[in-house]
Amino acid sequence: MLRLAKIWRIVRRIVREPLGALGLGLVVLVVLSALFADVLASYPPTKLSPADRFAPASFQHLLGTDHIGRDLFSRVLYGGRIALSIALGATGASLVIGIMLGLIAGYGPRWLDNILLLVFDALKSFPTVILALTLVTITGPSLMSVVLVVVLVSVPGYARIIRTQTLVLKSAEHVMAARSMGAGSARILTVHILPNVIGPILILASMDIPVVVAIEAGLSFLGMGVRPPTPSWGSILNDGFANIRDSYWIVVAGGLPIILTTLGFTFLGETLRDLFDPRLKGRV
Amino acid sequence: MLRYALKRLGLGIIIVSVAMMMLFAMVYVIPGDPASVALGPRATQEMVESLRARMGLDQPIWIQFARFYMSAFRGDLGTEVLSGRPVLTVVLEQLPFTLTLIAGAISWSVLLGIPLGCIAAVKRGGFVDRVIGVLSVAVIAVPSFVIAIYSLLIFAVALQWLPAIGAGEPGNVISQLRHLILPSLAVGLGWVGYIARIVRASMLETLEASHIRTARAFGLTDRRITYSYALRIAVLPTITLLGVGIGHMLSSSVFAEIVFARPGIGKLVYEAISVRNYPIVTGAVLVTTVFFVVVNVIADIVIGALDPRVRASFD
Repeated sequence: MLRLAKIWRIVRRIVREPLGALGLGLVVLVVLSALFADVLASYPPTKLSPADRFAPASFQHLLGTDHIGRDLFSRVLYGGRIALSIALGATGASLVIGIMLGLIAGYGPRWLDNILLLVFDALKSFPTVILALTLVTITGPSLMSVVLVVVLVSVPGYARIIRTQTLVLKSAEHVMAARSMGAGSARILTVHILPNVIGPILILASMDIPVVVAIEAGLSFLGMGVRPPTPSWGSILNDGFANIRDSYWIVVAGGLPIILTTLGFTFLGETLRDLFDPRLKGRV
Repeated sequence: MLRYALKRLGLGIIIVSVAMMMLFAMVYVIPGDPASVALGPRATQEMVESLRARMGLDQPIWIQFARFYMSAFRGDLGTEVLSGRPVLTVVLEQLPFTLTLIAGAISWSVLLGIPLGCIAAVKRGGFVDRVIGVLSVAVIAVPSFVIAIYSLLIFAVALQWLPAIGAGEPGNVISQLRHLILPSLAVGLGWVGYIARIVRASMLETLEASHIRTARAFGLTDRRITYSYALRIAVLPTITLLGVGIGHMLSSSVFAEIVFARPGIGKLVYEAISVRNYPIVTGAVLVTTVFFVVVNVIADIVIGALDPRVRASFD
């Protein structure tokens, strides 16, 4: 009960900010429409009906149909499932790896720290999309490749922040005390350091969700992400881009959910950050 | 100063070497043989073997690795599988198009971002400040390829104000500029937001500084203080930001080049991938990475020259 009351208090604080309210509203909309895609969609997302191809928006097809007569509204709803599950899965994986590497770099020996820092810097020096294209050429387009790209791109950022904070905490009094009482490295890291460094990183990770949504949509737009006929917002854009001159509604249908999702999560993330960790304010 | 510059340069070289090591690992160690990938599924075993020998893939891995390094440092990135032209030449031919695009994007972001950030700082807390703040976050959030496709749809297809495809006629500057407007806006729009935010933040910080207070005490006008004293310092962080930003702009330009059918590195890589032209892909990655690291080294050295505190923190 106590937890629910606490969550409710947080929600009320978010909603008091206009931007926070808008962000939360958009995120709730996107999440609900993805969760209930099978209830809301009036057609299966991969059902072809060649007779109805290139139909503009109407009451039968709220967002129109694409070049092979699939209902775009249904595809957008199911595309949300793909986008959100990749965003959650990939961000989660990057967080776990980033936190572990950051703790190792911050707490481990100096030489290991230096090597890890170099690896982070080198990873960051590849242009994201070109690195992604290279990886996908090797592994082939699939959901896993998209996750791999996200992990490679975001781990250095998380690890660096965890490292810096671990370095500070390493010589903090409570850590010293624990060590003098004979606590091992594993115990110190998990019990005394991790709980203190995890807060800001969670906020940063929530702000990275729109970036991950963009990477998935972008790769799928290039035909290097989710494979057809699986519905993805990026592949809808790809279908629409080929027919942009005659059937504008296809790209509109593919782009709108990306815009709404990225705006929603960003507005929400900014509000959360300002409420809970003013120190992170102004970080770009 | 020289010591700082040399150290920064040394670090840059190390980073490029590590990046090359990773690239090598990715291409050669991850399953998937470059030779059979290049030739496609219908190639015979002999064809694959002969290409493997020509690419040096039959050598032990450490020899391949050493060769990859040595030749890359000599500027030899191998030859293209199909035409036999040197990879470096092919990549460098396309680089100017991408650089023009990025220069255009930087112009948008600086020309719009600095004034917006300045206005927001001067009117801090007011309505204008809030509007600029929300707009900045919004343009940062929306991915550049969506901006590219929507701006193509609105300005090129629906309104027909600007051309949709290509980089313009060679030699015709007006035509080239008209072709540059939309793609560079798509790449740069997000950075308008970043720059507006960072200029606002550092402007607010600078306006509190003691030398500004002194200037105010001496009776200088607010206008003079804001635009000639504070702004000069407040724009410094944009240099670092743009240094990092170049990498992201290289990424966005891949999309802009594909959407607007412009020549450039991004389009080169994309097309190389669809025909499995492997050496082009690794060559382009290497050239862009080196370019990005060099830009950052230069940005850091410039910042170090302008701000001694940065030099000190590097030790």
